[in-house]
Amino acid sequence: MSDALIMAGRSLRLSTRSPEALLTALMLPVMLMVVFVYLFGGAVDIGTTYVDYVAPGVLLLCAVTGASTTAVTVCQDMAGGIIDRFRSLDVSGTAVLAGHVTASLLRNFVSTLLVIAVAFGIGFRPHSSVGDFAAAIGILLLFVAATSWFAAAFGLGVRAPEAANSAMFFLMFFSYASSAFVPVRTMPTWLRGFASHQPATPITETIRGLLLGHPAPLPLGSALAWCIGIGVVSMGLAAVLFRRRTA
Amino acid sequence: MGTTDDLAIEASGLAKSYKDVRVLSGVDLRVPAGTVFALLGPNGAGKTTTVRILATLVAADAGAARVAGYDVRRDRSRVRRKISLTGQFAALDEMQTGTENLRMMGRLSGLSRAEARPRARELLEQFDLTKAADRRVATYSGGMRRRLDIAASLVARPSVIFLDEPSTGLDPHSRLAMWQVIEGLAESGVTIFLTTQYLEEAERLADRIAVLDAGRIIAEGTSAELKRKVAAQRLDITGASRAAFDQLVRHFGDNAVHTDDGNLTLGVPTEGDAAEVRALLDAADPGRDLIADFTVHGATLDDVFLTLTGHIKETSHV
Repeated sequence: MSDALIMAGRSLRLSTRSPEALLTALMLPVMLMVVFVYLFGGAVDIGTTYVDYVAPGVLLLCAVTGASTTAVTVCQDMAGGIIDRFRSLDVSGTAVLAGHVTASLLRNFVSTLLVIAVAFGIGFRPHSSVGDFAAAIGILLLFVAATSWFAAAFGLGVRAPEAANSAMFFLMFFSYASSAFVPVRTMPTWLRGFASHQPATPITETIRGLLLGHPAPLPLGSALAWCIGIGVVSMGLAAVLFRRRTA
Repeated sequence: MGTTDDLAIEASGLAKSYKDVRVLSGVDLRVPAGTVFALLGPNGAGKTTTVRILATLVAADAGAARVAGYDVRRDRSRVRRKISLTGQFAALDEMQTGTENLRMMGRLSGLSRAEARPRARELLEQFDLTKAADRRVATYSGGMRRRLDIAASLVARPSVIFLDEPSTGLDPHSRLAMWQVIEGLAESGVTIFLTTQYLEEAERLADRIAVLDAGRIIAEGTSAELKRKVAAQRLDITGASRAAFDQLVRHFGDNAVHTDDGNLTLGVPTEGDAAEVRALLDAADPGRDLIADFTVHGATLDDVFLTLTGHIKETSHV
């Protein structure tokens, strides 16, 4: 446990030292928010203020891009000599990976707050109680944890950091093909089935519902089940891959 | 107390294959505590695999090993607390400073924040890195990186230190500095197990040397003992001309332990006494016009290696 915290501290320190990564983590979300609201927003007519509709979607997309950097950092550790040093210091694979995931959570917490602040600046007005607001952030962070574990497993499964980077595109596809940016009913029929039943849609709908004070029922159960399911399966997969890589 | 208590490393029958490639086929090792042991061999002999098995990072397919008194398989954590490993690739964070790397390793090996700080300072001093302490490792030279890497491995005061090719890739100046570092460590009483492709390095640093070739130990002993396995001396003969040299090469055939086309020189083993040397020269050059020059000197580990393996090690002059 304490090893995992030391590893998390390391990972955070390293992310502050790499300007491109920091830029990706902090600037990309803000840019996405601006792009969606001002560039695409004018063309999207969904009956409500688009900024209110899209802010939760951008939060999800940011979570995905932020969490996916875990794949690259994990992959870099495995490719270099440092993993041998950690192992010879008897640091467990779990601690190494949990450190990366914890750091990812903290990084994303900061970028989430930043995105919310920017959203406020350009007209986003949530209608929720403090409790609902906190619950929305909680679910978002649960999603970040699950996605980070998925990215960690992805980073263990590929050999080159460049390949690990593609985790981001894979995950971004799920956010785009969901109700994050446009309602599922506006999509072509063949896509609707997929879009309504993949994890990004219930998770976005839950966060959006909580932030905007939508009346129940929210797909909260489905959102939680996806987050926990992805997290648990990815942890198991990461454990197997770590053992195989270090055999 | 049995004899095993005096051994820092004891391995028997270590075998390891990766897919269909047999890397180690039955390696036995005995390293007394407090000594320096060199595992000498060419690229691909299985040196790194041996080190990784002894350092608990890889499990052997067969055989057993005890390091610092514990079984590497059953008591992995206990072994890890007693050893350190420095591999061929620096196990450091490029984007952290020297101090930060050492403090992190200290914390991971169980030191408190307050203990890790002075330990890092102490090690930076010991390895002559105080000036670079607050610079990122990315700015370090190869020699500095290697020193910091060894420093990082020593944070928890291990009693058995594994160094996998500690001077590979270093320039001559840094290599010499590295040798002094290793000699300093040896004086502190720890056990050092190093691998090397360089005969000179093994000879200079190690109390005992094992020669590893194609996954087997083919000889073991002090450098003097190994040299005694071949003839004690070597006679080097220089041909008077290219034609004379070729004739000498034909005469000695397989007896020549080395031939050097450029300098027209070849070497043959000898006991070194005058009568034998005279007889060798007369037999090779009855007309007394082929040999321009000769020298007799003690056999080097290169001769040993050639005699033992039957093939010439890729030349790697230090």
